Amino acid sequence: MIWQAFWAVVQRDLMLAWRRKSEGLSAVFFFVVVAALFPLGIGPELNVLRNIAPGVLWVGALLSSMLALQRLFEADYRDGTLEQMALSPVAMPLLIGAKMLAHWLVSGLPLVLLAPVLGLQFDLSGDALVTLTLALLLGTPILSLVGGVGAALTLGVRGGGVLLSLLVLPLFVPVLVFGAGAVQAQVSGLGVQAHLSILMAMLLPAVFFGPLASAFALRIALE
Amino acid sequence: MLTISNISCVRGHKPLFTPVSFSLQAGQALHLEGDNGVGKTSLLRIICGLSPADAGEVLWNGTTLNRQHPEVVEAFRTTLCYMGHNLSLKDELTPIENLLFDAQVAGRSLPHEKGMDALRKMGLNNRAYLPLRVLSQGQKRRTALARLSVTAAKLWVLDEPFVALDAQSLDNLRALLANHVQQGGMLLFTSHQAVELSQPNGQHVLDVQPIRLVAA
Repeated sequence: MIWQAFWAVVQRDLMLAWRRKSEGLSAVFFFVVVAALFPLGIGPELNVLRNIAPGVLWVGALLSSMLALQRLFEADYRDGTLEQMALSPVAMPLLIGAKMLAHWLVSGLPLVLLAPVLGLQFDLSGDALVTLTLALLLGTPILSLVGGVGAALTLGVRGGGVLLSLLVLPLFVPVLVFGAGAVQAQVSGLGVQAHLSILMAMLLPAVFFGPLASAFALRIALE
Repeated sequence: MLTISNISCVRGHKPLFTPVSFSLQAGQALHLEGDNGVGKTSLLRIICGLSPADAGEVLWNGTTLNRQHPEVVEAFRTTLCYMGHNLSLKDELTPIENLLFDAQVAGRSLPHEKGMDALRKMGLNNRAYLPLRVLSQGQKRRTALARLSVTAAKLWVLDEPFVALDAQSLDNLRALLANHVQQGGMLLFTSHQAVELSQPNGQHVLDVQPIRLVAA
């Protein structure tokens, strides 16, 4: 019963994202445009491009995930779906975890898949592209999980979008540092294992505590 | 049995209504009455556990519903069907998709045919595969009410269920509610109209007990 409810929420949110394509695509389009504009603005100096690539791609991914975060719970809050989730016999953190998974599949996974293609513009080597993909694969779920807590805390608050940025962006800094650091280490010929391990160490507690904290914040918002 | 004991609710340092107590047993229907803004919706939300009460308690089969009794809260939620002002429907989904997903999120599986039956009872069988956004407000409301036909919940808590319905849908809903209560279900609802619950043939008129909320 529990997992049936979990997958039902994932399936429903994916179906809704498919039918509201413009919302999901806007974040992906933003990422592509940001990453594509930098090489055009900076010029064809390959060493410079290689050096800035990790930071540019990670900041682009981070900001585009912020765009999608604001909508994570908003529609469900307005139409009463969150009330029904709060009253479901299935534990609310599990249902919220399902929403976060669907959110990552729609807004995070496309960035992971697009990043190697965009990385080519920055003349990143094959190994660096693999590291970039791995780092984003570990880092973007953290953005969805930690950002989800911020989205829950600012739900229904006037000016919630600005508040969400102020609340969440400082929490994203470690992910940015170690995510971009992993690619930088690869470009510089250093080992990347430490960076990826730290990202994994951040992801695991986020998987456990993110939905719990979000569900708690959402219950307060519903009151 | 659901027991409401001396519940009060404060909004902006001002109590909304005088403390209210009542109980609801199997096979009973209660009509919560009161002027606009007196706190009917707030009381229903407190009863369901969506908002905290400022005083008093809600008991389910004699046990207080709070964090000290999680197993009772879970049992209560299994038996509860709440319909508030927001209908919990997705405009991008069709009525049948809304019903099927809704049941799954509540931890139940609903066969497609049973979902279609529920929509048919609400006169929506020819709208079952249209996106909800193209339906009228009344048809959306009927989609939400179709959930009542497929839920296994014994306790129905409905906030203004008769709003925006045409005459035929009103008759269908009255019959559905009457049938639920006659089969041993519990019903608590708000409405500004005097409501008579009966089968379509006018027989088996149910005794609906009024509960009046008085502004504090």
